[in-house]
Amino acid sequence: MKKLLVIAGSVFAAIFVLASDQVAVRVEPTDSVGPRVLETQTKAAVIRDYLQAWRGLSGALEQNRADLLDQDFVGAAKEKLADTVREQAKLGIQTRYRDAAHDLQLVFYSPEGLSIQLLDTVEYDVQILDHDKLLTTQHVRARYVAVLTPTEVRWKVRVFQAEPE
Amino acid sequence: MKSRFTFLLSGLVLAAMQFALAQSGGLRLPKTVEAGSAFSIQSTGSGKAVLYVVGPGQVLRRNVQLGETAFFAPGGLHNAGHYLVLLVGESSTDNGAFDVVAANQPAALSFLAKPSRLPVDLRDGISGVVYVFDTFQNLVLAPTQVSFQLSGAAGAVQTRTVLTRNGLAWTKMDSEAKEGAAQFVARVGSVTGTRVIEQVPGDPCRLRVSARPAGQRLAVETEPVRDCSGNAVLDGTIVTFTESYKGGEATVDVPLKHGVARTEMPAYEGARISVATGVVMGNEIRWGKER
Repeated sequence: MKKLLVIAGSVFAAIFVLASDQVAVRVEPTDSVGPRVLETQTKAAVIRDYLQAWRGLSGALEQNRADLLDQDFVGAAKEKLADTVREQAKLGIQTRYRDAAHDLQLVFYSPEGLSIQLLDTVEYDVQILDHDKLLTTQHVRARYVAVLTPTEVRWKVRVFQAEPE
Repeated sequence: MKSRFTFLLSGLVLAAMQFALAQSGGLRLPKTVEAGSAFSIQSTGSGKAVLYVVGPGQVLRRNVQLGETAFFAPGGLHNAGHYLVLLVGESSTDNGAFDVVAANQPAALSFLAKPSRLPVDLRDGISGVVYVFDTFQNLVLAPTQVSFQLSGAAGAVQTRTVLTRNGLAWTKMDSEAKEGAAQFVARVGSVTGTRVIEQVPGDPCRLRVSARPAGQRLAVETEPVRDCSGNAVLDGTIVTFTESYKGGEATVDVPLKHGVARTEMPAYEGARISVATGVVMGNEIRWGKER
């Protein structure tokens, strides 16, 4: 019974929901994230910046503005998303991504502190518009792998890739 | 000729589509497609329609004829991710989804090795992290074997083989006992990444000073200063000589030159001369008779 309570308590302690723009965020316990200890402040900053990256992605793909990616993305992730923005603009397509829930698991923090990897089971709605005409709204549940790297003032997403659940 | 080409393309498409097709309304979709491979989407019905394939990584739009199969050539969809499919006809709309997965063939590594310079003989002092990518810069998430090898100036080789998890593998290596540049190599199949790690002598291990008369003064000199592995400590390392005598103290900081520090100090009878560098203390000598 005591053991059960301890387990339940630790699970409860590890799960918290941030009411940020009505996005539900659950973070798995991160006792071990590889070779480097993940400090609470670093963890909070990584989660904050990753969630912000979803807002940046959403704005960029809705407004077809690649510059909105600059704050949150870097490297290949930024290039690929910027290419998508350009393709959309060329085709007259817009997409609205509205993330509703994230189930995050920080799985790796590299020994030298230069990269952190997280897995995100995310639920979001996507609206597809062609020349301003709304074609569909679809609810999606997908699992994303993201790698973030530190920059001067924030963590930026360097790898952003969905994988089959 | 055209039918032969269509047949060939169909064969390619079938080979590229992994696993079963997923039926979604009037759409027949692959469940997964390997990045950069050909694939096809089959629809039912008749009339004209517009087919959309939409994901954060890529967007495609194509006019199609309902009831026919839309073929997408190799390279058409090359960014791994989750894609929505929307088929908008004149009187109906169908949708579905599929995943594009990274190609299993690694084509590039992102190899982070740290630090670039460290003291010799440090356990787990060197770390290496490898992210494995395919030719389209997708992270290869299927477990992949990565071999790490550290070979130094002394010829000693350390190797580790690690299976990737979520696209990455990491390891730690010891720095060698002998100073010099070491090659740190990560290899996945035929793809390699190499970093050079400079291994420098550690802290001095034994510090000894001696003195001899030099006219009216004392010439003090250390023995060649080495670390605990026998490597000569780097020239320029500061050695501090301290002379304590009745009523006073003199201190001289001298950089190592050719592994030795030497200077001249006042020759006070009964003076005590000690030597230190960093946190390492050497011996102490007494000059002459104490008055």
